[in-house]
Amino acid sequence: MGVDFSALRTLINRYCAGEENWVDSRTVYIGHKEPPPGADAFIQQRFPDNRVVSSKYTFWNFIPKNMFEQFRRVANFYFLIIFLVQLIIDTPTSPVTSGLPLFFVIIVTAIKQGYEDWLRHKADKAVNQCPVSVIQRGKKIKKESFRITVGDVVFVKEDETFACDLILLSSSRDDGTCFVTTASLDGESSHKTYYAVQDTKAFRTEEEVDSIHATIECEQPQPDLYKFVGRINIYMDNEAVARPLGSENVLLRGATLKNTEFIYAVAIYTGMETKMALNYQSKSQKRSAVEKSMNSYLVVYLCILISKALINTVLKYIWQADPNKDEPWYNERTEAQRQRHILIRAFTDFLAFMVLFNYIIPVSMYVTVEMQKFLGSYFIMWDDDMYDEELGEGAVVNTSDLNEELGQVEYVFTDKTGTLTENNMEFIECCVDGHVYVPDAICNGQVLSGAAAMDMIDTSPGPGGREREELFFRALCLCHTVQVKEEETVDGIKHGIHQGKSASFYISSSPDEVALVEGMKKLGFTYLRLKDGQMEILNREDEIERFELLEVLSFDSVRRRMSVIVRAASGDIFLFCKGADSSILPRVISGKVDEVKARVEHNAVEGLRTLCVAYRPLSPEQHQEVCRLLSGAKLALQDRDKRLSEAYELVEKDLILLGATAVEDRLQEQAADTIESLHKAGMKVWVLTGDKMETAAATCYASRLFRRNTQILELTTKRVEEQNLHDVLFDLSRTVLRHHGSMTRDNCSSLSNDCTDYGLIIDGATLSAVMRPPQEDLNSGSYKEIFLEICRNCSAVLCCRMAPLQKAQIVKMIKASKEHPITLAIGDGANDVSMILEAHVGIGIMGKEGRQAVRNSDYAIPKFKHLKKMLLVHGHYYYIRISELVQYFFYKNVCFIFPQFLYQFFCGFSQQPLYDTAYLTLYNISFTSLPILVYSLMEQHINMDILKKDPSLYKDVAKNSLLRWPTFIYWTVLGVYNAIVMFFGTYFLFDNTTFTSNGQRMTTNTQMMFGNWTFGTLVFTVLVFTVTFKLVLDTHYWTWINHFVIWGSLVFFVLFSLLWGGIIWPFLNYQRMYYVFMQMLSSGPAWLSIILLITASLLPDVVKKVIWRALWPTITERIQTKRRCLASEPSTIFMLSQTSSRISF
Amino acid sequence: MMASSYNAKEEDGHHSGSSSHGGPGAIKSKKPDNTAFKQQRLPAWQPILTAGTVLPAFFVIGLIFIPIGIGLFVTSNNIKEFEIDYTGVEIDSPCYICAKNFSWNSTTSCVCSVNFTLDQPFESNVYMYYGLSNFYQNHRRYVKSRDDSQLNGVESNLKQPSKECEPYRTSDGLPIAPCGAIANSLFNDTLELFHINQNGTKQRVNVTKKGIAWWTDKHVKFRNPGGSSNLSVAFQGTAKPVNWRKAVYDLDPEDPENNGFINEDFIVWMRTAALPTFRKLYRIIQKKPNSTPTLSSGRYVMEITYNYPVLSFDGRKRMILSTISWMGGKNPFLGIAYITVGSICFFLGVVLLVIHHKYDTRTNSAEIPN
Repeated sequence: MGVDFSALRTLINRYCAGEENWVDSRTVYIGHKEPPPGADAFIQQRFPDNRVVSSKYTFWNFIPKNMFEQFRRVANFYFLIIFLVQLIIDTPTSPVTSGLPLFFVIIVTAIKQGYEDWLRHKADKAVNQCPVSVIQRGKKIKKESFRITVGDVVFVKEDETFACDLILLSSSRDDGTCFVTTASLDGESSHKTYYAVQDTKAFRTEEEVDSIHATIECEQPQPDLYKFVGRINIYMDNEAVARPLGSENVLLRGATLKNTEFIYAVAIYTGMETKMALNYQSKSQKRSAVEKSMNSYLVVYLCILISKALINTVLKYIWQADPNKDEPWYNERTEAQRQRHILIRAFTDFLAFMVLFNYIIPVSMYVTVEMQKFLGSYFIMWDDDMYDEELGEGAVVNTSDLNEELGQVEYVFTDKTGTLTENNMEFIECCVDGHVYVPDAICNGQVLSGAAAMDMIDTSPGPGGREREELFFRALCLCHTVQVKEEETVDGIKHGIHQGKSASFYISSSPDEVALVEGMKKLGFTYLRLKDGQMEILNREDEIERFELLEVLSFDSVRRRMSVIVRAASGDIFLFCKGADSSILPRVISGKVDEVKARVEHNAVEGLRTLCVAYRPLSPEQHQEVCRLLSGAKLALQDRDKRLSEAYELVEKDLILLGATAVEDRLQEQAADTIESLHKAGMKVWVLTGDKMETAAATCYASRLFRRNTQILELTTKRVEEQNLHDVLFDLSRTVLRHHGSMTRDNCSSLSNDCTDYGLIIDGATLSAVMRPPQEDLNSGSYKEIFLEICRNCSAVLCCRMAPLQKAQIVKMIKASKEHPITLAIGDGANDVSMILEAHVGIGIMGKEGRQAVRNSDYAIPKFKHLKKMLLVHGHYYYIRISELVQYFFYKNVCFIFPQFLYQFFCGFSQQPLYDTAYLTLYNISFTSLPILVYSLMEQHINMDILKKDPSLYKDVAKNSLLRWPTFIYWTVLGVYNAIVMFFGTYFLFDNTTFTSNGQRMTTNTQMMFGNWTFGTLVFTVLVFTVTFKLVLDTHYWTWINHFVIWGSLVFFVLFSLLWGGIIWPFLNYQRMYYVFMQMLSSGPAWLSIILLITASLLPDVVKKVIWRALWPTITERIQTKRRCLASEPSTIFMLSQTSSRISF
Repeated sequence: MMASSYNAKEEDGHHSGSSSHGGPGAIKSKKPDNTAFKQQRLPAWQPILTAGTVLPAFFVIGLIFIPIGIGLFVTSNNIKEFEIDYTGVEIDSPCYICAKNFSWNSTTSCVCSVNFTLDQPFESNVYMYYGLSNFYQNHRRYVKSRDDSQLNGVESNLKQPSKECEPYRTSDGLPIAPCGAIANSLFNDTLELFHINQNGTKQRVNVTKKGIAWWTDKHVKFRNPGGSSNLSVAFQGTAKPVNWRKAVYDLDPEDPENNGFINEDFIVWMRTAALPTFRKLYRIIQKKPNSTPTLSSGRYVMEITYNYPVLSFDGRKRMILSTISWMGGKNPFLGIAYITVGSICFFLGVVLLVIHHKYDTRTNSAEIPN
């Protein structure tokens, strides 16, 4: 279909007329048919095909693109530059020394990424080539999925997955509905109902569908799965009918058709424009505090490196000023070297020094850190304690970058429902006009059916009351979005519901609704199904009542209520509304408000979730008006949500209160214990919930977030209405600060439990007032500061009535406060995703509300209680491990390179390397890398049971305490000290004295002199042993693996040195190491000096450790010491303790 | 009832969106294996460094190191060493003229003799060293200026020396053997020792010039090219290093086992020194079979064929006579270092003992806050 001239002209006109909105929406021509000439100009827009590309590379661009991406990392780029410098100029070390490790790293990464991409290619191919039926010219044609274009009419059978985003045209069901499960999109396995537009639902064969003449106008694709705004124009007899399209008409790619034989639908978004593909855009990478420390250390070391090179270059030229030193007769330059300009020479000298010292920033550190994180995350997944039998799942690690951040958490933001609580709702009672109804108390699923199970506690209501009561029950049976899932459709639903529970279930995205409908079942009213727009209810007399479902005013978290409009068999039209008391009660005009309110408050204090139910009879005229309002809003293309909520606002008014319900959401097991542990570990726990204050507060008490002695500070709408916000804030801060001044929290918690601490309750409305950007007037600017000040002094904060976005706002606010604390957000539902993404560490609970939280989280755990082990054990361990890893790596490279720097002063600043090439290359790769890697995977400074039992140990590592500058400087100074000891120890042995081999082994071989390579080898041997022994001193947990690796790598060093010096290597053009190591070992003074230098190097560290432990012990050290004293004799040098282990490795 | 409606989620083929860190996450965890390794409960030894535990170690180290140090120090002091500078810087020194008049082109070599007196007799084997100062054998340009393959007798490298040898690679178009700066600057002074008897006659002190290089160097690393039949033939087509007075096959014409590349003086020189002040073994004065000392006390004269210029770079030349012990030559440093470290350990042991008694008991009994 080409673009003809008129169309082109229209197009030009459109652009010239400045219709900028044009690009915001798209027009889809169903079946690629042009609309009738009069309607609208036919503009063929270009859309991508339905090819999904999740792979990053193709076969051809893999090498260049992958290389480019790898070298974009600063570290890799730095090493590449060093390597290139080595290739280009005459440098002291061969390019192999830095090239080999670098290319090893690059190739391993490339292979890993290539393999992952190959998997993605395979997955893409499977998806793109799966056959799809497309209607063309009234016939079904099989196409490969990627050939679908926008506007194609697609035929989908039951259990097939949609290949692109579709608008439902018609289905095999008469009512034009179909059921879909979006399990793979958001994890909700419930069947959702989608609707066809009324005008197209009758087109149910290929020919009929092909005859549809319509266009769809809709917005351009956007990633929000639950939002869609569009309009369908159907041309019948040259007359266009416009109908609204909403998210209930859109079938998303990735969802699966269920319980419906077939559907016809038209493709609107294809390929990379589908909502699913748009959602794949990776979340921003989180970086841990350790990584930030590491990077700043790196900068310091880079400065050290550059200054070392500069100092040496300058000194070299000062030293060389005397030509007899520069070029003595025995050591002349070549002609070419002489010709070079002095500046070029100086520059190449500088680069050569850089190359010589570049090992101070080792490639292997990045590899080791990555490996530690990657392998370390397996221990989290393998953890048996975090496995939940019921769910059959253990912890999931989505990113291994943040393992150590788990040990740094200062603020925990937790959702309430489903996180602290089970989200396993149980209907407790309902209250109609003040009469309380309780279904049979023993209700572990074994409930008698029918009315017999009903038990009325209060006085029996009179005849009028009975009417109201039944209206209330009907309201609850009708006002919901619960679906009935049928297992055995053959037997019929009614049969199933009555005969066996396994036959059918109620499914809803909200467990409350299920609990309510099931509660109603126990009270005698059974919801059967929704059929042909008729809701069927089985009442107490086993009669089926039918209500026509006219409208559903669906639930949203802003309104906090939902309504249905139904027409009873009698023809009366009712609006039933249920929702939070705060959103219903203001709209009620009659009913026993006070009684119900009292009961609601009573229940809320008990920690139950309450809902109010109200109704409004509608006259036919009113119904007309309502329909007009709603359809008007639904048809709007722009601001539809806003207009809809305005319409809802108008419809849901003048309600008559019927009663209230109470549903219990039990606390998760050990939730209270977990919260208590987190508190003891010095974390501040904030509960962010959408629930009402009383319920949330009750849960907080139950979960021991607030204790009996906690003084509650309220910052709620009610209080703010009484005083103004300003005064309340200042009042609170004064209270808190006065207390804070008298005694600090730390000594209070350690001395006794009966001192007061504060808990703050704030609600969403007040919070947004606090957060509001500062106004013109002077006072409001500092609200946020004051609020933060109050929060800092409260051990627990409860934020209720929160919108999802507000949760993220709070996290963001705390993150940005001046201490920059590390935050953790934990939640289970889609409404927690924003805060999970915002917090430093996001944890998803594998709850009932779908998988979205898990999908977006960094870590996922089955239950809230697992957070305790996750933070107190794994987090603590990984923090200890990685901080040692980072510090140790810098330390061992200072030890390694500093002697080389010192050696320059004795070799005329000629960049002569102290060590042989093989040693330079292998030092970081094989001699010293494995012990620290194993340490960083296995170290347990304290048993995990103690860590769990004593959460206060967590405070020992709080605030990145092991990676602060003093520690870093200590390690660096230690490294420099070791380097000086090693270098000058060896220097004095060589200097002007006969350091010779004694030749007792071979009689022909007496009193030979040692050269520079022996010097280097001696330093290197001391170095390898010293840094390994330093790790030995730091290891607290010696498994056989540690023993094997530590002693193994020392043995490997010795064996390698023997081998390296034992053979004339034919491929090398120098044989400088030949027998150097053996000759050195045959010398008595060499052995003596090795022992001496190692001892002298390690001495200060041991003394520091011991003295610090004795004089200023940390809690960790005290516990270690105490355990030791309890367990063993003090006379042994080291304590030998075997951890309890039921199973041998 | 509710739980059953939330069955295991269907996982379709769409894990194409897995992030780059999908590795660990991609594995759907089933029940984790309950092995000690995976649960991080491997049996382990858990040592802790406390004052109490390291205290004995410190005393032990102190008690071992101090005697060793004393032993080393005494041994070192018992070693007799005699050193004499014969550079000829001062006007009154015997080699002043030789040093002053040095020229690369002179064909006759300058000879000077230095008198000295040994106060004490030297027992057992005496080692004779020459020492150079301010001579940067460890300069990078110098260290790498050699061709180990050539020295190993590889024919191709004899004719085509490695590029590293520049600018001492070729001379007048012929490849230099041995090439490179190290070989070129071979120390070529001749030192001869004479004992002056009571009657005033000079008696040559017998020295051995073999056995001064590493056995492995002499027999494996260094090899003459083309068999050992006739060295001058083997080295045909090569030039001598520019600063040498004689060709490589004339280094020791008397002894074919000590000639060419396997000349021990040459091998010793080729092992570059670590520091700019160094000494190298020159000759060994073997112990006499009878009980007379190897070098009895008295007057000696050293005759020097002065070939090696060092004044241009402020260098010094020395001759050293030394006996050795089991721990090598005279080296007070090691002994002093051992005594120092041992004493420090002992002292720290005492300090820790005090700390241990004052604090460790207190912390042990102190209540640990829970």
